[in-house]
Amino acid sequence: MAYPPAAHSSPPRQPSVKVILAAADVSRVVDRIAHQILEKTQGAADTVLLGIPTRGVPLARRLAARISTFEDVTVPVGVLDITLYRDDLRRHATRAVGPTDLPPDGIDGKRVILVDDVLFSGRTVRAALDALSDVGRPASVQLAVLVDRGHRQLPIRADYVGKNIPTALAENVKVTLAETDGADEVRLHGGAA
Amino acid sequence: MIRHLLSGADLDAATATQILDTAAEMATVAGREVKKLPALRGRTVVNLFYEDSTRTRISFEAAAKRLSADVINFSAKGSSVAKGESLKDTALTLQAMGADAVVVRHPASGAPHRLANWVDGSVVNAGDGTHEHPTQALLDAYTMRSRLGRLDGLHVAIVGDVLHSRVARSNVLLLSTLGAKVTLVGPPTLIPVDISPALAPGTDVSYDLDTVLPGVDVVMMLRVQRERMNDSYFPSAREYARRYGLDGPRMRRLPEHAIVMHPGPMNRGMEITPEVADSPRSTIVEQVANGVSVRMAVLYLLLGGNNR
Repeated sequence: MAYPPAAHSSPPRQPSVKVILAAADVSRVVDRIAHQILEKTQGAADTVLLGIPTRGVPLARRLAARISTFEDVTVPVGVLDITLYRDDLRRHATRAVGPTDLPPDGIDGKRVILVDDVLFSGRTVRAALDALSDVGRPASVQLAVLVDRGHRQLPIRADYVGKNIPTALAENVKVTLAETDGADEVRLHGGAA
Repeated sequence: MIRHLLSGADLDAATATQILDTAAEMATVAGREVKKLPALRGRTVVNLFYEDSTRTRISFEAAAKRLSADVINFSAKGSSVAKGESLKDTALTLQAMGADAVVVRHPASGAPHRLANWVDGSVVNAGDGTHEHPTQALLDAYTMRSRLGRLDGLHVAIVGDVLHSRVARSNVLLLSTLGAKVTLVGPPTLIPVDISPALAPGTDVSYDLDTVLPGVDVVMMLRVQRERMNDSYFPSAREYARRYGLDGPRMRRLPEHAIVMHPGPMNRGMEITPEVADSPRSTIVEQVANGVSVRMAVLYLLLGGNNR
């Protein structure tokens, strides 16, 4: 993470960390997205939630769990690994490939909702759409994200957004979840305090 | 990440395990409608084969194509090699054509090592003389792991012409890295005199197949190459088959869970009987299918990122 260089005249600035969503906020936001999915999909019929690793996967599981508490429907959950579809593979050392795990009934003809933690450039979602078309042919594809931080580089938008966070490009949004990091929190690093 | 795959000894336990894990993900592609991944789009893989091979060349070709790489097949027959071009000049030609990876099979041990110094791309050893064949060892390890669930602590018998076998050499190195114990079995004339304990800890030698069989999890039969049959390494083919061939009665001495492997091509009736080769314990066909997945994993890990 690169911070803007401090001017010589001003005192050295501490990189700031701001908590945007605390644990209780995260669970309220997940609840709201679950309700919105139920509303927009007429009770989540023929719907499949596919989490994009790493943190999209626990989010997809939580959404499915909340949906089944609210309406008593079971929404199949899967994992869609996008590593081999990334457009920046050659710019980094070889990335480890993770598992892709589709629900047993597949995704053909279903409404697939991709789930991820942060929507930023849109490149991850672009890769996910490519990966999706290689594993099946869904009837439609929607996108649910916990945080939309703007700065899109591709014509992609989310259907369900937990929280819009206006950010500067130099800032960094960090999502932690109990399943992967021990606690639920959304923080903004590097912004002006 | 490693740049070339020349020897089973190039891989430490972590890298080898990463290749096997990646291969498991690659294997799921074979069951999909679209059997293709875009990871190596725009990369060129040259198959440089100075020796006849069916399954290895086809396996590498299928692996590269499933990853969307462009494949150029080069076999020594009908090329400038027949006109006397040296390996180095051929290598420089490939270099000029922009090969990102060269998969090489050569009758001379060490040829891939030489090649690795001449080209900028990655070199994958697909069998060099009597030296090594590391992707075969990886696919064997993958097959053992998927059938038996683990590699650590497995006892593997490698039976036959160990002296001339590149498959055996790579397997000994890789399996000992991954924690398996290897016993080499064969007539004394076909077992190397000295097996370095530093390179392959825990590897031992036996000249009696029947005493080894009840204690192993895997028995890997090696092909007896026809040219060796008249080289007086053993008195006769029949005697070899009697003492070291795997037949039905011998197979029944194996523990219940043990599997039978063969790198192919088989001499049915020589080192393995049809009853054994076609039994449910035999993984011979599985090994071929796993070969594609493992080679996809190797090509992806060598070429997938910016490893230069």
